[in-house]
Amino acid sequence: MEIRAIGCEPLSLKRVFIKDGHTLKVYRDTGGYVSLKKALGMSQDEIIKQVKDSALRGRGGAGFPTGMKWSFVPRDSPKPKYIVCNADESEPGSFKDRYLMEYDPHALIEGMIIAGYTLGSNTGYIYTRGEYKYLIDIMDVAIAEAREAGILGRNILGSDLSFDIHTHTGAGAYICGEETALLSSLEGYRGHPRMKPPFPAVEGLYASPTIVNNVETFTSIPQIIEMGGIAWRDLGTEKSGGTKLWSISGHVKKPGVYELPMGYADMEKFIMEDCGGMLRDDKKLKAVIPGGSSVYIMNAGQIIGKNVALDYEGLVAAGSMLGTGGMMVMDETVDVVETTRNLSEFYKHESCGWCTPCREGTDWIVKIFNRIDAGGGRPEDARLLLDICDNIEGKSFCPLGDAAAWPVQSAIKQFPDDFRKWLVDKTTGNGVISPNV
Amino acid sequence: MAAATPTSYTDRVIYSEDVAEFSPAVIDEMKMHVAKYPPERSRSALIPLLMLVQRERGWIDNPGVNFLAKFLDLEITDVWETATFYSMLNMRPVGRHHLQICKTLSCKIMGEPDITDHICSKLGIKPGETTPDGKFTVSLVECLGSCGTAPMMQIGFDYHEDLTTEKVDKILDSLN
Repeated sequence: MEIRAIGCEPLSLKRVFIKDGHTLKVYRDTGGYVSLKKALGMSQDEIIKQVKDSALRGRGGAGFPTGMKWSFVPRDSPKPKYIVCNADESEPGSFKDRYLMEYDPHALIEGMIIAGYTLGSNTGYIYTRGEYKYLIDIMDVAIAEAREAGILGRNILGSDLSFDIHTHTGAGAYICGEETALLSSLEGYRGHPRMKPPFPAVEGLYASPTIVNNVETFTSIPQIIEMGGIAWRDLGTEKSGGTKLWSISGHVKKPGVYELPMGYADMEKFIMEDCGGMLRDDKKLKAVIPGGSSVYIMNAGQIIGKNVALDYEGLVAAGSMLGTGGMMVMDETVDVVETTRNLSEFYKHESCGWCTPCREGTDWIVKIFNRIDAGGGRPEDARLLLDICDNIEGKSFCPLGDAAAWPVQSAIKQFPDDFRKWLVDKTTGNGVISPNV
Repeated sequence: MAAATPTSYTDRVIYSEDVAEFSPAVIDEMKMHVAKYPPERSRSALIPLLMLVQRERGWIDNPGVNFLAKFLDLEITDVWETATFYSMLNMRPVGRHHLQICKTLSCKIMGEPDITDHICSKLGIKPGETTPDGKFTVSLVECLGSCGTAPMMQIGFDYHEDLTTEKVDKILDSLN
């Protein structure tokens, strides 16, 4: 597996290439905790302004502007405030946060301390998916090193700031990547999402103001403080600032984690050249899911020759979304009905069961796919699937419902021929989708 | 996540009012987790402690749950309510080595079906089952965040990536 930066100097991946970059000593020798010192000399408003200027958008999938999220925290509230890192990386196709935590745990700690200083918090939690036990162990060692060196705890680096970080393990639930479900889980309950508003920034953990950010979002913060928000933004584009980690998997020669400047041009070059091209030279590109399983699937025609820019706006213009940047590449050996069934099983399994549209809808989608798979596909099944999706999308309690609907909707739209193979009119023997969709 | 871990409370057939006992070292470890949260918020430690109970006892059994209810001053049903939600918490005993094969898209298209068939035929069990000697349980699970090194499986907490049938043979032979 490859880990490299293309089109920019490795920034988030910098310490992957430095021996023992995960240790406090090497972290400090290579510029670590300099940003923290700098931040402690800045006003909270100035830090928020830098983060806003950077155009950093949340790297966990939703892409909400980080500076704006931070500005929602009522800093004068008498309640304690909490900084929570969402390390519940579970989106199929995404595996970038793993490597950040493994190779650069102190960058995460530094980003969280700066957030704590900015928002008036004394406590941070890193909620890591239970399967990533080895990363929790790595974070525990890094946290202990930082405490020992006076970087965590009371009077950090001789300042008035007191801030500590604790690791917390999940136990297997995709839904806990949704920030309010994560908070329920962190309180020891089932991972059920909560009604918004109030947003976590106002009432989050223990009904106190809470910021939940992704690992990559936090590790970007020291970079922004060091370079200045505008300079960091200019690594990417005006609206999509900085660099971004992409997780590439599937039918390419060089899957891996790649750091690209936002706006990298273009998607075809990235897959066909940077990632080594198709795994099997005689097989053509058929489909790409560019941002983790929850975004629209794209067919080759939306990519080849289309000069798709790899940033938030570029992927929306091309008919999909950036999501987590978990890009799954599929060649022509793949049947999109089967891959969609696979993802639908995932969403059925991971639906928390709290709201009816998602719990029942994901179950029925899988039932229909199972019938199709058993040879019982009917021409009206495409319409039936779309009807169910329509009853989930926008009608579920949290975004998991949308995420379950979008792969099915886009698969039918972009790959009707694959569905025609399965949806057979028994009287004529023809594969048809009716009514036309 | 795992087929071997039905999450229904009613699926359980073993009922017990026994309360599990743990060594002082494990109790200290549990207290260390509880200390991470504000004093009145000790329920936050429930999931980490359930993971510890499973590490010590192999699965989430009634005595373990009864212990946690006492330890955290919760109702027994509070503990069950949380425990039954999470797929890593085994509601039934599993084998000494729990083979969790990722079945989600990237692993699927990179050869997961062959790996699963190979493992199951070698062990003579189906996904969700445990070998009669109690050594292996095979489960199919959802994405483990290892898509770039697909296909993969997790055994216990260890990631085994870029699997081939030859590699699987070596791994299985190395386990006792």
